[in-house]
Amino acid sequence: MSESQVKHITAPFDISTATSLRAGDSVRISGVILAARDAAHKRLCECLDAGQALPIDLTGHVVYYVGPSPAKPGQAIGSAGPTTSGRMDAYTPRLLACGLRGMIGKGYRSQAVVEAMQKFKVPYMAAVGGAGALIARSIKKYTVLAWPELGPEALALMEVEDFPAICVIDALGNNQYEVGQAPYKTL
Amino acid sequence: MKEISCSTITEAVAQLAIKACCKLPHDVYAAMEARVKTEPSPVGQDILRQLVQNADIAAQESVPICQDTGLAVIFADVGQDVHITGGDFTQAINAGVAKGYVEGYLRKSSVCEPLFKRTNTGDNTPAVLHVRIVPGENIHLRLAPKGAGSENKSVLKMLVPADGLEGVKKTVLDAVVTAGPNACPPMVVGVGLGGNMELACILAKRAAARDLNSVNPDPAYAELEQDLLQMINKTGIGPQGLGGITTALAVHIEWAPTHIASLPCAVNINCHAARHADVVL
Ligand code: SF4
Repeated sequence: MSESQVKHITAPFDISTATSLRAGDSVRISGVILAARDAAHKRLCECLDAGQALPIDLTGHVVYYVGPSPAKPGQAIGSAGPTTSGRMDAYTPRLLACGLRGMIGKGYRSQAVVEAMQKFKVPYMAAVGGAGALIARSIKKYTVLAWPELGPEALALMEVEDFPAICVIDALGNNQYEVGQAPYKTL
Repeated sequence: MKEISCSTITEAVAQLAIKACCKLPHDVYAAMEARVKTEPSPVGQDILRQLVQNADIAAQESVPICQDTGLAVIFADVGQDVHITGGDFTQAINAGVAKGYVEGYLRKSSVCEPLFKRTNTGDNTPAVLHVRIVPGENIHLRLAPKGAGSENKSVLKMLVPADGLEGVKKTVLDAVVTAGPNACPPMVVGVGLGGNMELACILAKRAAARDLNSVNPDPAYAELEQDLLQMINKTGIGPQGLGGITTALAVHIEWAPTHIASLPCAVNINCHAARHADVVL
């Protein structure tokens, strides 16, 4: 993929950046992103249920669905590829309503999530599943923000530089899984 | 009678865990490298190239290929002339898993109980252990770490004889299409046919963990492996589900005799991180 086709963005970002991404765009993200997966999502929603403040204001943030392997001495993080996004679907619309502005994971999303994405103008990006060693090179710092007892499932902040992703579902609901697969379907 | 000590088993399992998680088997690596040239989708090509690069980094730095270093699935073929000394065989295996996952900086992804507490066991134990007693005086261990992204897409269908070949093809195809990008294609698809409910599942797991280029010794099943592979690669799913013709690298079938009224069909999908490592003690 030539560099000219790649969109470089900084996270957290505003709505105009969120809506500038189109399904199929190759994206490089620099800045700070959140790391959370199943258990942290459950706790975030439990906080909302209890009317408590979240450990961080989600407004403008991008969440990366990841549970890294432990860092070796001298490393910022271990392997850190995406986990399956669909498991977060049940929690996602509520977090988008709290201002979450982007998501990175792998795999299909539910219709309810896609509708909420359109409503709140949020893109969904995919990182290459199973490329955890390669992706880790773009993660410069990993800091646990809350719930360290969850181990790899803790809520964390990541400093990233040119984190590689592909926009798969944009804020208009265009879906690159569908568009990308169609030309090669010969069954 | 040959004696093998539990400490030898523990040490061997620890090393297998690290090797399996950090070093992609050469045949899988070579297959992805070859598919870069045959994949017509530019995005697909780019992804395959990244996966090859990822495997290089993992091997050089001895870090996991994928952060989901799975549950440790272990196939143990234990020679009937072996005497295991110095402890309990299953405990020795689990001690090896704990040692490998802790000392090798592998992710601990095992929770103690599925429904209520789901507390992480902290050392990735227990292993999922499949033991067979075989002739001879060796122990053959194969450790195949299995991540949940692909494992969660497994399917068991209790087909009946009238469903026949078409029923099998449909079951496999449906499983692959439903899995799509969630199972990190290009996949390795393991199919278990026959036996009963639990045997079909174990056969599918064994099939998914076979060497990539291995072929079913029965020509009819070998042909079916090829037919299914071609069919899967026409779904358009492609690398990471973003489109292309490289949806699976291989389909492996294992089968067993079954009941006159049954045709169990299990599908266990393995991702491109089709990891395993072996040792003979
Ligand atoms: S499906 Fe395989 S490659 Fe993908 S995240 Fe899980 S273990 Fe890693």
